[in-house]
Amino acid sequence: MPGQPLIEAEGLAVGYGGPPAIAGVSFALAAGERLALLGPNGGGKTTLMRAVLGELRPAAGRLAVNGRCGTVPQTERSRLDYPVSALDVATMGALPRLPWWRRPSREDRRGALAALERVGLGDRAEQTFGELSGGQRQRVLIARALVQDAVVLLLDEPFSGLDNASAAALETLIGELAAEGRGIVVATHDLDQARRSDAVLCLNRRQIAVGPADRVLDRAALEATYGGDIVEIPAGGGQAILPSHHHHH
Amino acid sequence: MLEPLQEAFMQRAIAEIALIGLAGGALGCWIVLYELSYAAESLAHSIFPGLVIASLAGIPLLLGATPAIVIAALAIALAARAPGTSRDVGVAVVVTTMFGLGVLLALSPDSPPGVESLLFGDILGPSDSDLAAAAVLALAVPIALWVLHPRLLARGFDGASARALGVSPARIEALLLVLLAAATVVAVQGLGNLLVVAVLVGPAAAARQLTKRIVPMLLLAAAIAVVAGIAGLYVSYYAGTAGGASVALAIVAAYLLALPAGRLLALRPAGRPQPAATIL
Repeated sequence: MPGQPLIEAEGLAVGYGGPPAIAGVSFALAAGERLALLGPNGGGKTTLMRAVLGELRPAAGRLAVNGRCGTVPQTERSRLDYPVSALDVATMGALPRLPWWRRPSREDRRGALAALERVGLGDRAEQTFGELSGGQRQRVLIARALVQDAVVLLLDEPFSGLDNASAAALETLIGELAAEGRGIVVATHDLDQARRSDAVLCLNRRQIAVGPADRVLDRAALEATYGGDIVEIPAGGGQAILPSHHHHH
Repeated sequence: MLEPLQEAFMQRAIAEIALIGLAGGALGCWIVLYELSYAAESLAHSIFPGLVIASLAGIPLLLGATPAIVIAALAIALAARAPGTSRDVGVAVVVTTMFGLGVLLALSPDSPPGVESLLFGDILGPSDSDLAAAAVLALAVPIALWVLHPRLLARGFDGASARALGVSPARIEALLLVLLAAATVVAVQGLGNLLVVAVLVGPAAAARQLTKRIVPMLLLAAAIAVVAGIAGLYVSYYAGTAGGASVALAIVAAYLLALPAGRLLALRPAGRPQPAATIL
């Protein structure tokens, strides 16, 4: 159905059995839209993504996901000594459509190679995943999501640890994938990345605000999102958010 | 070189170690990649009481080992659920209990001699049913690994996103542990309770030094296990050393050789020209 949002949440609460980790989340993601999830560590960004993936059930409210989701997890935590090539990883995207006893076919591997070419890594297909740079690893995981035919891409802190050039190239790729009609959700605590998105959802255990970046990202919303960890940079440097280092896992 | 091959017992021993090596070497790659080496060693030790009871009752070791490994696995699962008990502690407690129980049985006055063959195996004297079990293992393990390969790979790469790819991490791990248990109860005849872990961990660890791809690693580990196993038997034949221990030490030697060999391979320039440096 054209015009139907890819993700629709209304009064959504999600938790792990105890009190909800996030509550009061209401938003819609349209095709071609880039939504930034902005919030501190432990604020519930990953919880919301897991709910969209269907790994966690809503404790309250409504969540509708109309389309296949592909996840692009943080690669800092993946095992870099694992004996797989970039092509092996991209080919894993074919698994969801195969019964458990079937192996990916040559056709699937061709599709995976095409996806690697799409993200600009056609010449790195045979390289060991762990030997690629941080930005390249993110691209391989995006290629894996493309092999899944995902129309919703969920990226968890994709820019963390990347140098400026890599981050810019990755952002360009994300923009292109959105322009092709995919919905993109990017969890970040980078305020500048959030500003360049179509919409921002501020999340700190509950939804603080949602909407276009220029309307949402005011001082009050940021302070509520980050609990007042905002510092003024002297000599007109603007504002900065001190990233919280409290990890809640 | 060919003289040992004239001996019937050596022919049987070589067949036994080759079959066990084929299955154990390949399976061991996943044990190593899933960081289950400690679990593998623990499972092997915990079947000791089962082996002793089978030997006292005069029934095939397999019939004693199989229930023992199931009991050990269940006990570990239960112990880990006790409050304040980590999986590590659960494994240690269960293994010590089971092994202690085995020793208690083995050292009782009624026990027949030959307990050391349960601890160290009897690679030079496999029975027909031992050889048959090893043959089934050498056939079944590669088939299972072939079928499960893509999902084993996805789970090992990243457990969290494996679920998003429709792969159940718990199911894959359970299947791997079943294969491990099967390989352990079959291989324990040849290598014994204390040495069986060598064929599961050593060849895989050696192969990992030599290649950065999973399929070559699987093939290489199986080959290393078979070659080192036969080399160990030759050493045992000519030097008169214990069979199982010679095999285990030959596997360790293969690993020690693989360490510098892996370094040399890493230094070697790549065969094909690398593309010029790119930004990303």
